Amino acid sequence: MPFDIYDLSTFTHWIDTSLRAGMSPFWAVFTEFVLVGVVFLAFYAVVGLFLVYAERRICAFMQCRLGPNRVGPGGIFQTIADLIKLLFKELIYIKNADKILFNIAPFIVIIASFLALAAIPFGKGLQAMDFNIGIFYVVAVSSIGVIGILLAGWSSNSKYSLIGALRSGAQIISYELSVGLSLIVIVILAGTMQLSEIVEMQRDGWFIFTGHLPAVIAFIIFMIASTAEINRGPFDLAEAESELTAGFHTEYSGIKFAFFFLAEYMNMFIVASIAATVFWGGWMPLHIGSWEGFNHAMDFIPPFIWYLGKTAVIIYLIMLFKWTFPRLRIDQLLTLEWKYLLPVNLFNVLLMAFIVLKGWHF
Amino acid sequence: MTGESLIIFFITALVLVGGAILFSTFVSPSTFNVQKAEPYECGIPTKGVTWLQFNVGYYLFAILFLVFDVETVFLFPWAVVMKQVGMVGMIEILIFFVILISGLAYAWKKHALVWE
Repeated sequence: MPFDIYDLSTFTHWIDTSLRAGMSPFWAVFTEFVLVGVVFLAFYAVVGLFLVYAERRICAFMQCRLGPNRVGPGGIFQTIADLIKLLFKELIYIKNADKILFNIAPFIVIIASFLALAAIPFGKGLQAMDFNIGIFYVVAVSSIGVIGILLAGWSSNSKYSLIGALRSGAQIISYELSVGLSLIVIVILAGTMQLSEIVEMQRDGWFIFTGHLPAVIAFIIFMIASTAEINRGPFDLAEAESELTAGFHTEYSGIKFAFFFLAEYMNMFIVASIAATVFWGGWMPLHIGSWEGFNHAMDFIPPFIWYLGKTAVIIYLIMLFKWTFPRLRIDQLLTLEWKYLLPVNLFNVLLMAFIVLKGWHF
Repeated sequence: MTGESLIIFFITALVLVGGAILFSTFVSPSTFNVQKAEPYECGIPTKGVTWLQFNVGYYLFAILFLVFDVETVFLFPWAVVMKQVGMVGMIEILIFFVILISGLAYAWKKHALVWE
């Protein structure tokens, strides 16, 4: 197998054994923990900052503007400058606000996105936690974030925040059903919830190609529902600028505001990663049937590049949604979920089960 | 790594947020102003309490969500072993789906899905 040259599990094993040879087991584990923490922290910060920059450039491109272009070449240091500015801004406390909850809320939002990042397979052997309930874990952990949003809105002592938080709560919990059900379609096809195994099963064809019609429907529903779940695009009712100023984080200032902003972009990254992993084969290269030469050429692109490329395409799609479609009203939003997506999804699960039982999938 | 090592992600997130907020409280200016501590409401003083009654519709959708989410959780184990249990499991899950869909149809009929 040509792409075994990119197998990083030997590299991680080498780090593990060489650390254990040099020091006592406790300190070896401790060092590994610190290493993993630092690597993920750096990755988190870089991806978050880059996505904010990408969003501003794409928004500018859609609106025929230039976007940030002064700080650094092409403006790539703009978000770093913004971050430093926000770090030095005053943290304002609102009169009569519930101080404890007000302070806890940013922690919960960031912790939820950080925990979800743990289970994502970035490449062969490049996964922090390979759970056998991988998909279930990601769905469960990423839904903790809504608690942070509700706390932020409730504790702020502002009507804008309260309305924003309630809307966002109703929206996120409604669309969580569709996310879960569209992932069940793929779990039926794969027969496992372990993310590394799901990727491994797509060696000869990605699930969106091998899963017939139900997989395509599930992918479309997943894209709609996850866009709604991360409060973006045409579904950004929670922070509808023209009605609610900034929704649930109206009263937050300085670095706390920055964390809500960062969490939104990281949730987008997580959702795009899950879509890429489950439907587009994660880090698996593109293989087409019996085109041996083509398949071998594709194998030489490193898995990490494949993974990042697919994720970037999906993130680009989600960003295009935001700047293309007008915002929905809340009744339209809930009608779309409960009267269209949910029945279609339930039917789709049964269709996939039937196809898999009959052995009609490729 | 085992499931217990998830604590490292928890701690890293805590350190990231806590460290940044702590740093920010030390370096940022702090001035007191009565106007600044007011909740933002387009420059007008706020009227009444913030935590007032809100639309009952949010509760209705939360209850509906609870019902369907628990049923989704039941579907996950079946989805994993679908190929092993075969047709028998398929028929059983069909019965489950009929109950699920009749629940949705009942809510639909009762106009619980209409936002008022």
